[in-house]
Amino acid sequence: MKFKSNYIVPIGADGIHILNTGDWRTQRPVLNEEKCTRCGICFMYCPVNSIEKHDKKFIISYDYCKGCGICSHECPSKAIDMIPEEGK
Amino acid sequence: MQKIDVMNGNKAAAVGVALVKPDVVAAYPITPQTPVVEYLTQFAADGILNSRMSEVESELTAMSVVTGASLAGSRTFTATSSQGLSLMYEPYFRASTLRLPIVMAIINREMISPQSVWGGQQDSISVRDAGWLQIYVEDNQEVLDMIIQAYRIAEDKRVLLPINICFDGFYLSHMTERVLVPEQEKVDEFLPKYYPEHIILDPKRPMAVDPLTNGDLLMEYRYKHLQAQQNALEVIDEADKLYGEVLGRRYGGVIEEYRMEEAELALITMGSMTGAAKEAVDLKRAEGVKVGIVRLRALRPFPKERLCKALADVKAFGVVDRNVSFGWNTGVTYQEVKSALYEGQVVVPSVPLIGGLGGEDLTIPMMLGAIDSIKDTAEAGKNKECIWLTREG
Repeated sequence: MKFKSNYIVPIGADGIHILNTGDWRTQRPVLNEEKCTRCGICFMYCPVNSIEKHDKKFIISYDYCKGCGICSHECPSKAIDMIPEEGK
Repeated sequence: MQKIDVMNGNKAAAVGVALVKPDVVAAYPITPQTPVVEYLTQFAADGILNSRMSEVESELTAMSVVTGASLAGSRTFTATSSQGLSLMYEPYFRASTLRLPIVMAIINREMISPQSVWGGQQDSISVRDAGWLQIYVEDNQEVLDMIIQAYRIAEDKRVLLPINICFDGFYLSHMTERVLVPEQEKVDEFLPKYYPEHIILDPKRPMAVDPLTNGDLLMEYRYKHLQAQQNALEVIDEADKLYGEVLGRRYGGVIEEYRMEEAELALITMGSMTGAAKEAVDLKRAEGVKVGIVRLRALRPFPKERLCKALADVKAFGVVDRNVSFGWNTGVTYQEVKSALYEGQVVVPSVPLIGGLGGEDLTIPMMLGAIDSIKDTAEAGKNKECIWLTREG
């Protein structure tokens, strides 16, 4: 068998992404900067920590975002739209 | 000098644990394993054992605690029987697939129903394919010695797997025998310290443990796990040899052969039943019957090659199982022995035997009868149907 992992156990280390669950997404959350009030509710509600805070701005990372839509649902300013992923 | 003592199997296990000095012990009491927990707790209270004792509320928690402790780099110990093992099943599987060298004594007890607290190897045998190593021992001395050896085998870098030391409930757990207790310095010489490198919960070496993993990579981990099981065959034999050199006792590694020189008939046993089998073989040898015993010490990994070598020249063999394989109409080890021999192209007639379930005795007359049936098998030249060793004969 040709090995892909240097490990004998299921661990993720040295920046290895075992599984990019973002591949499962059928719709992606897109943040509208003009409507966003920087309240941080999306950041707190995201179940997979895919919303990051940078310089008082919130940025959605798509590596592990499965597109569940909780951020969009919870946003009081309706600043996050769910856009269908092409081909899904 | 080694101390000569008398003790039951449960105490022998606890004394072995005290000599190894694991960092964490977590166990929940269940008959017939309960005294193991009592002895260890007493040792801790008396200051003989400095392990962190975790008083858990179930076996599920016991296995989960030792899993967490092992992940944090600790050397760990737990013990259980029967239904307790069943309750551990979920973390039991994870402990092996995370390659954690946990040592667990299984004090063999029949599986219910009917309600029973007595001996039988059905409990550990039923989980033989969960990735752990499983060693079955014959007497209390071997219980103590194998608890110590278990850590060396499990923690070997070629293996890194959890291990069960299995011994028969009541026959060993509650029977008192002469046991030699090794000196601490000798045990320390035999057993190196454990430094986990493959998996660790340590802020200085951050890693994600057990993330969601796709099948492609899961297959690779299984492949490596199976390889580690095969590596253990050699490691168990090596540990036996080294233990003999340092502590003066050897058992034969993955199998033990007894009076197999020029044997025409072979009786295959596992666990404490071997005592009665050895007596029966001595009686038959005195009558001129060329019979010997091969005792399975390792069930996982299965000692295929050494078994084929040991049985290469016999005319017939019989396997006594203290368990059943539902669906095969025989015991489990009979099927595994046959399978190993087929792979090794050793094809000789055989007879499956089942006995000793639910704490029934496996007596010398039963073993004599078993040898007679192996002789019949050799003369008939073909496999026999399963024979049940019962009180009525």
